Amino acid sequence: MTPDSSPAVAAVNLTKAFGTHYALRGVSLQVARNEVTAIFGPNGAGKTTFLRIVSGLSRPSSGEVLFNGNSLHENPEAARTHIGVIGHQSFLYNELTAAENLTFYGKLYGLIDLPSRIKKVLEEVGLASRAGDRVAGFSRGMLQRLAIARAMLHDPNILFLDEPFTGLDQHAATMLSSWLRRLRSEQRTILLVTHDLEQGMSLADRIVIFVRGQIVFDQPTSGMNAEQFRRAYFEHVAGQQGDAT
Amino acid sequence: MNALRIVLVVLWKDLLAEFRTKELLSSMLLFALLVVVIFNFTFEPGSRAAVEAAPGILWVAFTFAGVLGLHRAFSREVENGCLQGLMLTPIDRGLIFLGKMTGNVIFILLVEIITLPLFAILFNVPVLAGLGRLSVIFLLATIGFAAVGTLFSAIAINTRTREIMLPILLFPVEVPVILAAVNATAAVLSGRDWSAISGWLKILLVFDLIFVMVCYITFEYVLEE
Repeated sequence: MTPDSSPAVAAVNLTKAFGTHYALRGVSLQVARNEVTAIFGPNGAGKTTFLRIVSGLSRPSSGEVLFNGNSLHENPEAARTHIGVIGHQSFLYNELTAAENLTFYGKLYGLIDLPSRIKKVLEEVGLASRAGDRVAGFSRGMLQRLAIARAMLHDPNILFLDEPFTGLDQHAATMLSSWLRRLRSEQRTILLVTHDLEQGMSLADRIVIFVRGQIVFDQPTSGMNAEQFRRAYFEHVAGQQGDAT
Repeated sequence: MNALRIVLVVLWKDLLAEFRTKELLSSMLLFALLVVVIFNFTFEPGSRAAVEAAPGILWVAFTFAGVLGLHRAFSREVENGCLQGLMLTPIDRGLIFLGKMTGNVIFILLVEIITLPLFAILFNVPVLAGLGRLSVIFLLATIGFAAVGTLFSAIAINTRTREIMLPILLFPVEVPVILAAVNATAAVLSGRDWSAISGWLKILLVFDLIFVMVCYITFEYVLEE
C-alpha cells in the first residue's frame, strides 16, 4: 500500500496487557482520511487505552500503529506533528496564562509566527480577551475551549477526542459540538471516543463499538438511524460489561 | 528546532511556574533551614563533634529538601494531565527530561546557596576559604542527585504511595553521590586543598555522566509505562 492511498490511522492487531489482565485483545481498525469515526463502549471496554496507544501515549504489548502508512513506533516525532488530542484533561498549566500555555506548546511544536497563530486560535475559541489571565482561574468550559485552542495550535489533520463533552455545561457543550461540525467540514480525520450515543451518531461517518477490549460492531452511519444504532449498541453491550479498562 | 532550544523552553516553563507560585522553593528552603537549625541545638558551635558532623548534616538538609522539590516539580506535570500534553509534542522525550532536570538542579542549588551561610554561622565552620571547592562539589553532586531524582519522580508520581515511593527508590541509588559529596565537603571544611578532593570529584563526575545518560535514554519508556 503506498503512503498516499494508505489510511490516515491504522491499528494493526493491538494488544495491551496489564499483568494478566488484557485491556485490548487484538484490535485492528483502519480510519480513512477525512473520516469521522466514533468509538462507543461501556466503561472498561478499552476505548481510552486504544486512544492512548494510537496517540503514542502508551506502548502496545503487541501490534502496530501506522499513520499514513508510516509506523508510529519507528518515527514517533514525525507522526506526532499530525496529531491533536483533546482528552478529559486540559493539558494546561494552572500557573501560566492562556497565552503562555499556548506559547509553550507552540515552541515545542516548532511553530513559526507564533504570536499571530496564538491570537487566531484564541479568537476562534472566544478567549482572546482572557489571553493574559492565569488558567487557574478558568471555568471548566473555558479550560476546554483553551484545550481546543492548544490542540489546534499546530493545525493537525488527525484529531483524537476522548470524551470531550465530559463535565461541560450546556453552553460549552454546544460550542464544542459546533466546533466539531466545523472540523468535520474541514476534511480532517477524527477519532472520537464518547458515551453520548446521539452526539456521536450525529457527528460520525462510522461507528465502532468496543466491548471487553475487542471491536464487536463496526459500521458506517449512512443508512442507520439513531434508534437502530441504540438498539445495536445495547444488544452488543448488554451483559458484557467486563474486565477491560 | 534544536535540542538546546527545547530544553530551554521546558526550563523556561518550570522557572516561570515556580516564579509565580514559589511553593516549591519556599518548602524546600524551609525544610533545609529547619534541619540545620534543629541539628544546631544538639551540637556546641565550633566543637569538634559539630565540625565532624557538619558535612553530613548539610547533605541531609540538601537531599531531603531536594526530595521535596523533586516530588513537587513532577506533581505540577500531573495536574490537568500536562505530562500527556508534553508527551504528545513532536520532540525527543529525553529532552523533556533534560529540561526538567536542569530546573531541578537550579532549584536545589538555590536552596544550597541560601542554606550554606546560615549553616556556616550556626555551626561556626569556615566556608569562605573553600567556597570554590564547595561550589564544584555542590554542582556535581546536585546534577547526579537531580538526574536520578527527576527520573524516579516520574516513576513515583503514578504510584499510590508517591510521597513514600520517591525517597525509597532514590536514596539507595544515590548512595555513591551522597557519599562522595559528604566526604569531599568534609575535606574542604577541614581546610584541605583540591588534591584531597580530586578523587571524590572524579567519582561525582563519573556518576553524573552515567546517571544523566541512563536517565535520558530510559525516560521515554518510563513515561509510556
